[in-house]
Amino acid sequence: MGSSAGEWSAEQIDDYETLISTTDVELLKKAWRNEKVSPEILPFEEALVKRAKEQIQLMEETVDDFVESGHDPLIASLYQMDLDRAQFLLRSYLRVRLQKIEKFMFYIWKTDTYRNRLSMEEEKFTERCIRDIGKHLEETVLSNLPDNYQSVLNQSVISEEDDMVPEPLLDTFVVAKCERTTRPLYLDGSRQSTGFDSRDDHFLMVPGDLCILRYRPFQEELMSGNISLV
Amino acid sequence: MAGQSEPHISLFSAEEVEFMAEDELIEIVPNMRMAPLNFICGDFGPFLPQIPTQVPLWLAVALKKRGRCAIRPPQWMSVENLTRVLEGERESQGSFQFNSMKALILCFFVDGSARDDIPDMYMVRSLIEDIRDVRIHKVETSLEKFSGTSAVKIPNLSAMEVNIIRPFVGRALQAFYKHDNPEKIPDVDRASSQQTRVANNEPRRPLRR
Repeated sequence: MGSSAGEWSAEQIDDYETLISTTDVELLKKAWRNEKVSPEILPFEEALVKRAKEQIQLMEETVDDFVESGHDPLIASLYQMDLDRAQFLLRSYLRVRLQKIEKFMFYIWKTDTYRNRLSMEEEKFTERCIRDIGKHLEETVLSNLPDNYQSVLNQSVISEEDDMVPEPLLDTFVVAKCERTTRPLYLDGSRQSTGFDSRDDHFLMVPGDLCILRYRPFQEELMSGNISLV
Repeated sequence: MAGQSEPHISLFSAEEVEFMAEDELIEIVPNMRMAPLNFICGDFGPFLPQIPTQVPLWLAVALKKRGRCAIRPPQWMSVENLTRVLEGERESQGSFQFNSMKALILCFFVDGSARDDIPDMYMVRSLIEDIRDVRIHKVETSLEKFSGTSAVKIPNLSAMEVNIIRPFVGRALQAFYKHDNPEKIPDVDRASSQQTRVANNEPRRPLRR
């Protein structure tokens, strides 16, 4: 974050405070929202998911104990509600990712950036999906097509690239909320190097802004946490 | 399913919006003693009779249903305040710092289970609905002024309102973008004219029902 060693900038202190006071549930909720709205698959929140799983497991045991020991059923049911909510968030997060994988499995598999964003289980899932869908398509359709057209990935052998593979539409418009001031961006995606241009197309978000914007130019801002999707 | 960019993944269902709204904190007044609750989502309590405390909405409703507390309506939920907000929304162009997602959900829940806790409940509810209508109407009229921008700032809208306008605005802006930049969508760097079909990034033609 580019401040001199030893001295914490106000921004860093803010971040730190936010970090220690934000519960995993809130982080999970944010990850879920981002994942739901983003057209591409985002990096897997491994640490967060692991922590959430552990907390949920612990809570499950606690609730079981409560029920067995005949503890106040009201309290037990309240804990159960909290548990259900946390489980819903976790499951929903994983489910949205799986949906995206199912949609873009070939593209994710062959694009390293995306492939690296998957967890280990998701990678296995993708592999199996590809195998199954490939086999299915081949048996039902592809083997009946003329020789040059039998690939799952290309329309025909003369295609220059894999044009049967759907790609995530990064130009969709999403609603984003600004958490921290973003860098000025040209709306066509190019970066500003120094200072401000006289052109009016640079775009800047300050905390609290709510915008509808095209996803592609703002990918990095999302990854760095400057904006979050709503 | 082929079609436009899969709205069903990126759209939040009403239940999901409700789920998110349920995490908002609200004040309750317990009528009995209860130990602190150490939830995954946070720690609440201890609960002492007649001492107000803040809890998430879902917890408040659960406790209220079991007769363990009374719910205190938030400050902004008074008839005077809401009337003022409504007037303000009608007059000004921009929107206030008013999170009406919270408002409507709260209204819904609290109406259901806390009728006795909120004075003038019907009035409050109809005011909130009016405010919502005015805001949505404002957003709609300002949408008419769009003309192919790449990004649009919108005034403070709640998640629910965003969810309502999202599909239309998203597709509208996308159509603008597409027409403004025909060379960018799709990637047509190929010279081959033997290709009768251009690479689709995603099957774009919606299936008409």
